[in-house]
Amino acid sequence: MGDKLKKIALVGNPNSGKTTLFNRLTGSTQYVGNWPGVTVEKKEGYFEIDKEKFKVVDLPGIYSLSPYTMEEIVARNYLIDEKPDVIIDIIDATNLERNLYLSTQLMELGIKVVFALNMMDVVDNKGDEIDVDYLSKHIKYPIVKISASKGTGLKELKKEVNEILEEENVSPHSIKPFKKEIEEAVIKIEKHIGKKKFSYFDALKLLEHDSHVLKDYNDNPEILEYAKELREELEKRYDDDIESLIIINRYEYISDIVKSTLKKNKNPKKSVTEKIDKIILNKYLAIPVFLASIFLMFSAAFGNVTTYIMDFLDELIQVHFAQLVSDGLVAAGASSFTQGLVLDGIIAGVGSVVVFIPQLMVLFFFIALLEDSGYMSRAALMMDRLLSKIGLTGKAFIPFIVGFGCSVPAIMAARTLDSEKDRRLTIFLAPFMSCGARAPVYAMIATAYFARHKSLVIFSVYLMGIIVAGIMGIILSKTIFKGEKAPFLMELPDYRMPTIRGLFTHMWDRSKDFIKKAGTIIFAASVIIWLLTSLDTSFHLTSEPSESIIAYLGKAISVIFIPLGFGDWIPSVALITGVFAKESVVSTLNVLVQNSSVGAIMTPLAAYSFLIFVLFYVPCVAAIGATKRELNSVRWTIGAVLFQTGTAWIMSFLIYNIGRLVMMI
Amino acid sequence: MRRGRGAGRHCSNRRLRPGSKGRVCGYRGRGPFRRRLMDMGFTPGTEFTVKKEAPFGDPLIVNVRGYDVSVRRKDIERIMHK
Repeated sequence: MGDKLKKIALVGNPNSGKTTLFNRLTGSTQYVGNWPGVTVEKKEGYFEIDKEKFKVVDLPGIYSLSPYTMEEIVARNYLIDEKPDVIIDIIDATNLERNLYLSTQLMELGIKVVFALNMMDVVDNKGDEIDVDYLSKHIKYPIVKISASKGTGLKELKKEVNEILEEENVSPHSIKPFKKEIEEAVIKIEKHIGKKKFSYFDALKLLEHDSHVLKDYNDNPEILEYAKELREELEKRYDDDIESLIIINRYEYISDIVKSTLKKNKNPKKSVTEKIDKIILNKYLAIPVFLASIFLMFSAAFGNVTTYIMDFLDELIQVHFAQLVSDGLVAAGASSFTQGLVLDGIIAGVGSVVVFIPQLMVLFFFIALLEDSGYMSRAALMMDRLLSKIGLTGKAFIPFIVGFGCSVPAIMAARTLDSEKDRRLTIFLAPFMSCGARAPVYAMIATAYFARHKSLVIFSVYLMGIIVAGIMGIILSKTIFKGEKAPFLMELPDYRMPTIRGLFTHMWDRSKDFIKKAGTIIFAASVIIWLLTSLDTSFHLTSEPSESIIAYLGKAISVIFIPLGFGDWIPSVALITGVFAKESVVSTLNVLVQNSSVGAIMTPLAAYSFLIFVLFYVPCVAAIGATKRELNSVRWTIGAVLFQTGTAWIMSFLIYNIGRLVMMI
Repeated sequence: MRRGRGAGRHCSNRRLRPGSKGRVCGYRGRGPFRRRLMDMGFTPGTEFTVKKEAPFGDPLIVNVRGYDVSVRRKDIERIMHK
């Protein structure tokens, strides 16, 4: 017992219901972050049994403990370094063999395991039968039937976890799936290592020539040599490499168990999933269905109802709330500096972002709907061919689609990608999917300079974003993101009826992140931007924009924009404010042109070049913050910002100068 | 080029189309690709069925060990089958 907090590791395949189980167990006590140094999500939380607190760590969904993907490495390292007291292995009952493949590996770690057999209701519906008692007797660990989505079996699960922790007689054991000769070889190596925690695991890995474990034994060349001898013996004997031998052994053993455990329905009715997929993946219907669902999602998120709510919220904050605060400040005798800071800086700045929250929540709701129902994997399937040409996989389409709404959730959505390289590349490119905040800028400039061809101009900008993203994707994946392309193996889970609870949980998880960001980064950014626009160079309040600090900054920076056609202080200042929030470009331009008009400060060609710059250059600070959080590295974040701004500069340069050449002809 | 156990005259990587069945009998090349495929259940002797192809012809939806997984042609062509 003792006072030390017991640690529980939650492990399982992707799509096994692990996240749902984790949410059920830990509720609001969750904390989501990143595993240090990598782009993999880390989740921790707590639950109680009989007033005793347990810490639960949700490890990434994995198919095995091999050290080939970041997720597997992170999971394995956690289990070995942190030595949790017990593992909960969640098994998708509709997928026994592949799930048990991981289980055999978990049991070799020398940590106690409790099995949570999830989705038994789906098994029942299919008419299949699983002999859980037989399985439990064979594995010699408790197996608890649960339904994570329905919330059943959780009490029993917690009880079993508690009991196994107290049970002295149950010691960690493995299922020994290997042929006699292999098992003997492992035992021999283990003898050489000496019995200790993870000695069996180490011995097995040394035999397997596992790169990570080999490193740990660099100081013991005799052990390494011995393992090598045994390995070569086995490989010669079976005419196959050791990796294959072990994997095959595992699956063969599991196959046998499952044959005795699972009784399939003799007359399986065509599953609902198959019926639905006949339509969704039909050669002719697939694309229209796909486009329709995207259209539906965007109409809901950016359509009339949501816009109405946004306008209402905007008025509530910028008019009514602001008035209240203003009255309060005046009554309290606040200085005009404070009033300006609070009203024009904080409320205006944070308020302009808070207004986006309903829109994002709707977007997240639909994404949760597509994901929870199982449709998302079909959509990724369809997009894979196209995305593979730029070095990504079909899964990357989710961040890209979301990016048309807002870059922040798009960057966060990159978490679902399989490899670190994919995640990074997607985060680099996602902001090129022109977000909703840039739209007002396009509208303003297009109206001022290209009145008759407004729509065509705006459309060309969006199209340019997509095309350049594609080109840059190809270039980057051949250079900086060159790497071993992992095979695109994506499971296609059965379609499931999403639960309201699940949908709202997933929607809220994502929204929470954005809201926190608005609260912190945007707050700071709003204060800074207000200070820069309201103070002159001797730090006095000024109402003359051209005297403010930011105007001087703008004048200084404007040199860079001369080759792009808009090397003037007004567009420069607008672009600087656009770093804080893209819509600021509109308000800044309006304020700065004062008595003149927006349409008078540049030539039409320069204006188009300006639009292109706005399209590509660094997204807002909230997006930069999300980038930093997801990439988990300042270096990479700076790299992304430089890449995006560099692309903006180059594209603007090309457009402006080629345009001038063309006009001279 | 390792063929693994059970390799015979018919072990090849013929083009697969919807409806075709195969039994894994080897792989082309080593490395993480093969490891991944084996982890997912494509071990020698295992039967798999190509259920569908995606609307653009790639990737394929393959059923193996009772579940469906999407695999790109280029990757499944690494698997030799009878």
